[in-house]
Amino acid sequence: MNVNVRSEDIEGATRGIVRGGETLKEHRDRLMEATKRTKHYAGLKTMELRDSQPIQYNKLFSRLRAGVVDARETAKKIAASPIVEQEGELCFTLYNAAGDSILTSTGIIIHVGTMGAAIKYMIENGWESNPGVRDKDIFCNNDCLIGNVHPCDIHTIVPIFWEGELIGWVGGVTHVIDTGSVGPGSMSTGQVQRFGDGYQITCRRVGENDTLFRDWLHESQRMVRTTRYWMLDERTRIAGCHMIRKLVEEVIAEEGIENYWKFAYEAVEHGRVGLQNRIKAMTIPGTYRQVGFVDVPYAHDDVRVPSDFAKLDTIMHAPSEITIRGDGTWRLDFEGSSRWGWHTYNAHQVSFTSGIWVMMTQTLIPSEMINDGAAYGTEFRLPKGTWMNPDDRRVAFSYSWHFLVSAWTALWRGLSRSYYGRGYLEEVNAGNANTSNWLQGGGFNQYDEIHAVNSFECAANGTGATAVHDGLSHAAAIWNPEGDMGDMEIWELAEPLVYLGRQIKASSGGAGKYRGGCGFESLRMVWNAKDWTMFFMGNGHMSSDWGLMGGYPAASGYRFAAHQTGLKELIASGAPIPLGGDTDPENPVWDGLIKDAVIKRDKQAITTEEMFADYDLYLNYMRGGPGFGDPIDREPQSVVDDLNGGYLIERFASQVYGVVVTKAADGAFALDGAATDARRKAVRKERIAQSVPTRDWMKGERQKILAKEGAGDHVKQMFASSFKLGPKFLSDFKSFWDLPEDWKLLEEEIGIPHYGSHYHMDVSELPDVKTVQFVEE
Amino acid sequence: MAYTRAKIADLVDGKIDHDTLHQMLSTPKDPGRFVTYMEILQDRVPWDDRIVLPLGPKLYIVQRKDNKQWKIRCECGHDFCDWRQNWKLFAKVHVRDTQQKLEEIYPRLMAQTSTWQVLREYYCPECGTLHDVEAPTPWYPVIRDFEPDIDTFYKDWLGLAVPERAEAA
Repeated sequence: MNVNVRSEDIEGATRGIVRGGETLKEHRDRLMEATKRTKHYAGLKTMELRDSQPIQYNKLFSRLRAGVVDARETAKKIAASPIVEQEGELCFTLYNAAGDSILTSTGIIIHVGTMGAAIKYMIENGWESNPGVRDKDIFCNNDCLIGNVHPCDIHTIVPIFWEGELIGWVGGVTHVIDTGSVGPGSMSTGQVQRFGDGYQITCRRVGENDTLFRDWLHESQRMVRTTRYWMLDERTRIAGCHMIRKLVEEVIAEEGIENYWKFAYEAVEHGRVGLQNRIKAMTIPGTYRQVGFVDVPYAHDDVRVPSDFAKLDTIMHAPSEITIRGDGTWRLDFEGSSRWGWHTYNAHQVSFTSGIWVMMTQTLIPSEMINDGAAYGTEFRLPKGTWMNPDDRRVAFSYSWHFLVSAWTALWRGLSRSYYGRGYLEEVNAGNANTSNWLQGGGFNQYDEIHAVNSFECAANGTGATAVHDGLSHAAAIWNPEGDMGDMEIWELAEPLVYLGRQIKASSGGAGKYRGGCGFESLRMVWNAKDWTMFFMGNGHMSSDWGLMGGYPAASGYRFAAHQTGLKELIASGAPIPLGGDTDPENPVWDGLIKDAVIKRDKQAITTEEMFADYDLYLNYMRGGPGFGDPIDREPQSVVDDLNGGYLIERFASQVYGVVVTKAADGAFALDGAATDARRKAVRKERIAQSVPTRDWMKGERQKILAKEGAGDHVKQMFASSFKLGPKFLSDFKSFWDLPEDWKLLEEEIGIPHYGSHYHMDVSELPDVKTVQFVEE
Repeated sequence: MAYTRAKIADLVDGKIDHDTLHQMLSTPKDPGRFVTYMEILQDRVPWDDRIVLPLGPKLYIVQRKDNKQWKIRCECGHDFCDWRQNWKLFAKVHVRDTQQKLEEIYPRLMAQTSTWQVLREYYCPECGTLHDVEAPTPWYPVIRDFEPDIDTFYKDWLGLAVPERAEAA
């Protein structure tokens, strides 16, 4: 059985462009019907090519996969943007005619699904007849309402034809440095609606005969601040797509179109079956529950938004339940998630589900075969109206990662319980860091050009601890397994900001038997900038990861900025100036060196554009990862090593780890073993003495809930919006706390604005628009 | 690929060599791991009731030798509850809900803000082992994080006999 071409069936009918004569819509409909009916992708109960010619099948896979990776590596050298060239924020994916991904390159592989969603949108909305899909056309998309992650991820999509018939698509994506949103930088914060979120393009046909249209070039380059980067990024994407198209043509010429065609569908079914097998090989059937949060602190004066109804503190909430069944299938249900909000941290269902594969490739499916098969093998339930499946076309998305990374970090904990139980300790991971801070801003740079910046140093956060060793420090980001902090010299070329320091951020990794990896911090001084602004973007009041099996969450964020520093005079006079890191923010050193400066040092880790002048300072603090296991079970010498290596602030050795040290004249720490043994025994006694039986504590907490006390408006708003969208979450909440049947909490009673809670309008309600639903809602 | 018992023991001890760790991560899983792992853990606990499933470094589902009931047990021997219950409800909890309490763990400014997020530390009431830290908002229910389907796991996935289970009275 295979995905046969339909040329005989449709003779005489209007001939479509897909191989065999189907229209794109007919082709996709046939595949989806067969998938639904048989539970096998495209109805492929057997994989003819793979089963009968396994070497041929693997040869096709290896050659295409290598070519896609090669295209990425080659194309990224065309880009000038350090985000692409240094950080590798790009990805190329090969799709079959129905828009399902066959295989993808390395890089930002969240887009394995997002570009496919764009192709499916074109298919479902009749692009074939208008504007037409022809050989050598070029399409551009970054529309978040049809599946893109955020507007700065720009897709170039090129159809692939063979002998006049469409046989697939190739897509390339880069993370551009600016999209012309209200604030400069690719993931800006000031706007609260789509209309300020930057230039958005909906699957637009921007070129034909492999040439971009002039009107597109003139329009697009003036819609963004960083024109040169924009144009070179587009050439990067086109070059990669054309390399892959050429590769496919060569492969077909040598291996035959029949074999390629079979491969293009069997590979997806192979990916689906592969996931199921891995689930059975690595996990334990059962139910896993976890939750993630992140703060949206918009009430502060330094968050300047255009709308009163957005000027409030809120919390984003993502409880999740993973069900692994006996047959190796699984379901991820996000019942109880909070509503989308008036900020830029919302996500489309496709970016949420597609992005999970970025994570799973680092754990459950660490294979080269990353394609839509895993998506077909997973049941997602994302209630409509939640932050990850909004029901309003006004929502903004520019930093959807703010909560994507925080919601996913909880899934690590669920899977890790499974790995731990089976003894696959090497796979356990306490979670991932909140990948921030994002140093962003713009103005005129050192080359006197309009510019925007988004420092990607946080592609190197601390990672979560495992069950066998500490997390890696200043190492990686969940969204790009090949991330890198980048060279200081390159960032100084890209940004009018001189480095005064770059060091490990002590105590940023969560404590534990194995601690989370630490982040790092960079102190930047504004230099040779004009009319310059910057802002902060990261978690502050909350740690979005948790720690696992006795480990603690990573530290949360804060900001340090200094204006009117007097550094020009201090440097001229040879006086000491702030250098290195803000090692212990509880006992700051820099502030005393710049006594007359205006210093902002607080928990407000999200701000909007703030004016900066030369000699002003900005601290870019990259977060750590969560810890694993009870800290007093940590090898004492490892704590001493952390002190000597700058990973831990001294007082926490005893307070958290129960480790007593001595300090030599040269500042080196050494272990006091006997005192440590005594201290750890004392810690156990202190713990028992200071804690109360959980059920006793629950009685007090229940009374607070009944009286609606002990939680601020931001906490109440989170619960109220989750209760409204998640009736089961409400029912479970009431049952757990044994609340009266008539107990309720509505946003209306909190006394804060809740625009969007009653009145909303989905993009699917626009005329002539057919959205594609990928999840249960 | 199978690994020696010594290598699995090294893994449990956090002393696994880098090459073997890399091999474990990058090659298909060894299906016999669970049995070896359980033997190692069983040898190390100070009691002789059978471990059914490890839930954490010092937390287990065990089959009591005397009555075949399944319990959730701390390594020190303290039984929290029946295996189908949420052990955290039978633990002792310390809630860090002020800045002062949070700054015992993190430097000032790097601690969470207690009006947004609290830490709930769940201890064994007998030995004081910290088995879990929750970091939710105030009012958040205690999460029951894992309900394993042990019968399917043993019988259908591993081909092992399910340890005898007497229902709690």
